[in-house]
Amino acid sequence: MHIRVEHLCKRFGSFAAVDDVSFDVEDGSLVALLGPSGSGKSTLLRILAGLESADSGNVWFDDEPATDLHARMRGVGFVFQHYALFRHLTVEQNVGFGLSVRGVSKEATAKKVKELLQLTGLAGLEQRFPSQLSGGQRQRVALARALAPEPKLLLLDEPFGAVDAKVREELRQWLRRLHDEVGVTSIFVTHDQEEAFAVSDRVLVVHRGRIEQNGAPMEILDSPATEFVARFVGEVNVFPAVVRAGVAQAGKLEVRVQGEHGPGESHLVIRAYDLKLWREEPGIATVQRVVTFGDRVRVQALVDGAGPIIAQFPRRSSLLKGVEPGCRVQIDVTTARAYPAQASSLYPLPAT
Amino acid sequence: MKSVAYALTPTRSERIARSFVVLYIAALVALPLLALVVFGTSDGLVALAAALRSPLARSALWLTLWTSVLVGILDVLLGVATAWVLVRYEFPGRAAISALVDLPLAIPTLVAGMMLATLYGAHSWIGSNLDAAGMPVMFAAPGILLALLFVTLPFVIRAVEPVLLEIDPAEEEAARMLGAGPWRTFRTVFLPAIAPAAISAGIRSVGRALGEFGAIVIVAGNIPFRTLTAPVYIFGEIESGEPRSAAAVSVLLLAVALGLHSLAGTIEKHTGARHG
Amino acid sequence: MAEPAVSALDQVTRVASRDHAAAGLLDGQILRRGAISSVVFIYLGAILLGPLAAMGVELAHVGVLDALRSLLAPDALFALRTSLVLTTIAVVVNAVVGTLGAIAVVRQRFLGRALVNALADLPLAISPVMIGLAFILLFGREGWLSALVTATGIKVVFAWTGLLIATLFVTLPFTLREVAYVLEEIGTSEEEAAATLGAGPWQIFFRVTLPNIRFALGYGLLMTLARSLGEFGAVLVLGGSISGQTQTATTFIHAAIEERQTGSAYGMALLLALTSVLLLSSLEWAKRRKKVK
Repeated sequence: MHIRVEHLCKRFGSFAAVDDVSFDVEDGSLVALLGPSGSGKSTLLRILAGLESADSGNVWFDDEPATDLHARMRGVGFVFQHYALFRHLTVEQNVGFGLSVRGVSKEATAKKVKELLQLTGLAGLEQRFPSQLSGGQRQRVALARALAPEPKLLLLDEPFGAVDAKVREELRQWLRRLHDEVGVTSIFVTHDQEEAFAVSDRVLVVHRGRIEQNGAPMEILDSPATEFVARFVGEVNVFPAVVRAGVAQAGKLEVRVQGEHGPGESHLVIRAYDLKLWREEPGIATVQRVVTFGDRVRVQALVDGAGPIIAQFPRRSSLLKGVEPGCRVQIDVTTARAYPAQASSLYPLPAT
Repeated sequence: MKSVAYALTPTRSERIARSFVVLYIAALVALPLLALVVFGTSDGLVALAAALRSPLARSALWLTLWTSVLVGILDVLLGVATAWVLVRYEFPGRAAISALVDLPLAIPTLVAGMMLATLYGAHSWIGSNLDAAGMPVMFAAPGILLALLFVTLPFVIRAVEPVLLEIDPAEEEAARMLGAGPWRTFRTVFLPAIAPAAISAGIRSVGRALGEFGAIVIVAGNIPFRTLTAPVYIFGEIESGEPRSAAAVSVLLLAVALGLHSLAGTIEKHTGARHG
Repeated sequence: MAEPAVSALDQVTRVASRDHAAAGLLDGQILRRGAISSVVFIYLGAILLGPLAAMGVELAHVGVLDALRSLLAPDALFALRTSLVLTTIAVVVNAVVGTLGAIAVVRQRFLGRALVNALADLPLAISPVMIGLAFILLFGREGWLSALVTATGIKVVFAWTGLLIATLFVTLPFTLREVAYVLEEIGTSEEEAAATLGAGPWQIFFRVTLPNIRFALGYGLLMTLARSLGEFGAVLVLGGSISGQTQTATTFIHAAIEERQTGSAYGMALLLALTSVLLLSSLEWAKRRKKVK
């Protein structure tokens, strides 16, 4: 199902949870709403499901107006953050709920439930109650339950938020496979950028009730539209800088930049893995710390006249030779972007 | 305030049902209480004061007040001790005794009074011995206290039990490891946790004791100026066709009861303790 | 690096001294346990177990069968029937009012919600005698609603209607409070899930909400049952305990005691006590089940 959202607004008191949001979702795609907690992404999802009403704006499902459609008429499957399984019903009854309230025959319901339990790997757990399941199993029951009435749109609110890291990784891959198999248009909410990029076809970055950027994962990673997006996706270094003729200057650091760089104060944003440094006298920075974690090494250095910078390297990188606290290093930035500095009031520089 | 989801917005029939319920509750509770207050104060506060100046009314109020407050205090002390024993000690019959603590909720107060009268009355071995020793229970203040202790028995115990169960054993161990003695451990680890629940439940005990009628009416003997409590006084005034003095004493008791009720409610709201 | 070593040593000696004192400590512990337990058992014995046992002994003395046989007298049977009818009505009314009221108070926003919430809790805080008096003042000869009584011909004071109103008043909080508490605990997400799955309001109520509150509702109704069977002060004042007319099981006992009919008093008391023990065990069962998992 193709979804169109136009100028959606929702306020809670004086707080604008959703602020003039418009976007399209292609039929059959898997889209992530990515943003920090409190950004309004869950409210947006709840409006799409009909669980919350919008103050203004419109929602279209396949060019049919859906704004005022009651939740039960929308044909939308919803997977709740904490699953919201019916605690008094068995797994089988939970999954069959959406069919039986619609008056589907017992035989047809049983057949569909069996099929879904196979698909979600829950066969054998039919008679269990939710309290007798693990977090990952509950998640799958919630998904099977939402899929049973064959929704045209599947909405998932922080689907992997409540399970531990290992299970989360498995569920992620499984969700992607499941989506490819079933093919239902899906939107999920997450605050975890890795999750958004790993699973989805498109990512909508949400912040303060607005869409900051709407693009394919690569697009968002490679050309973040705003400073917020740049900061939110991955570890970054930010320096106040002056940009002249496509070159940003922050202390002794000089970097060729993409993106907006009109006259005046700018913010230079450099991703931790978009720069190289190596030992060199006199260099432009002094190394403060070198930390190894897993297959990566993090080097923190103090750039003359600009402040601390963080760089990430593969563990065995030849550049790391001789790099140790106290030594001087030269820095080469491969990719960087500059954003207008007035945004700085919105996103304070990280404390160093 | 939490907003209610759009999808669950009440339908028309739900709103109609709601109006009936609201009307039912308002008519059933608010109307009679309003009538009581208006009637009790209709001649002004001066008349109210005059009615309360009757020596019998005053002695009844005083008796009710001190017995209720004493019962509240005893409930807190003995209730905490009982909850402690029921939660932390293993002994045969614990489950049965724990269940019996709720008996006062299930048994008619009048029957409770009869039970006490059977044990402490002049016909029983205990009662006759206590009488002989000059410490009568029946038709005396101790009887009133026992009856009030009985009807308020579950209040503090049931409020404190869940709090005791929730206290992290690690906290207690930490206190012990740091060299705290048992009393100090109790004071620093347990007391702050159970105090709000125990105190609000104690206040509810006082409120309940102020109004108790059924359990007392048999045990106390209702001797004017000696064992006549305020609720029994009110009953007597109604019986003898004096609704005005009955209403005056009622208004005073009502004010105290509502004050205690909201005080307990405030404590519960601010500390998360729950009554009942 | 000297400091940690010292504190570790300190700890070792402290543990050692603790072990050293363990024997003495254990004695102290047993002593304390004994003291607290004795106080508690004396307390429970004096107000709960003793009286219960005394009642049992007395009944054995009077003769359980004789006591129960006395209940076959017409006025005893009438009082019993009145109590049963009142209790049945109270349970049915409170099942509906408690459930709808709790849903309204917890799930809906409307003018006067806070007031309803506060009013529903009040009957627990008010003396039964005052409740009786309040209704007399409302429906009595000079009362605000005396016109209503004359117009409809339905008497309240010293009448069956009065018994019913008093019973409904004192039992109002039980179901409403229990159900409201559980609704609050459970939250709305299951109901929302049902809505997205296509369930209508009635389906949500009967298939999700009601199953979730059923044990709380059951507990509240058992309390309602206990209270309406056991209510004494309010029905005595408002009903007047007229034998064969407005006498309930409890006011029957009161009248029997006043008339020194010890046999019938004990018979009725035994019946009520047995009922409440039965109720108590059901209450304990419902209490365990009503906890939100």
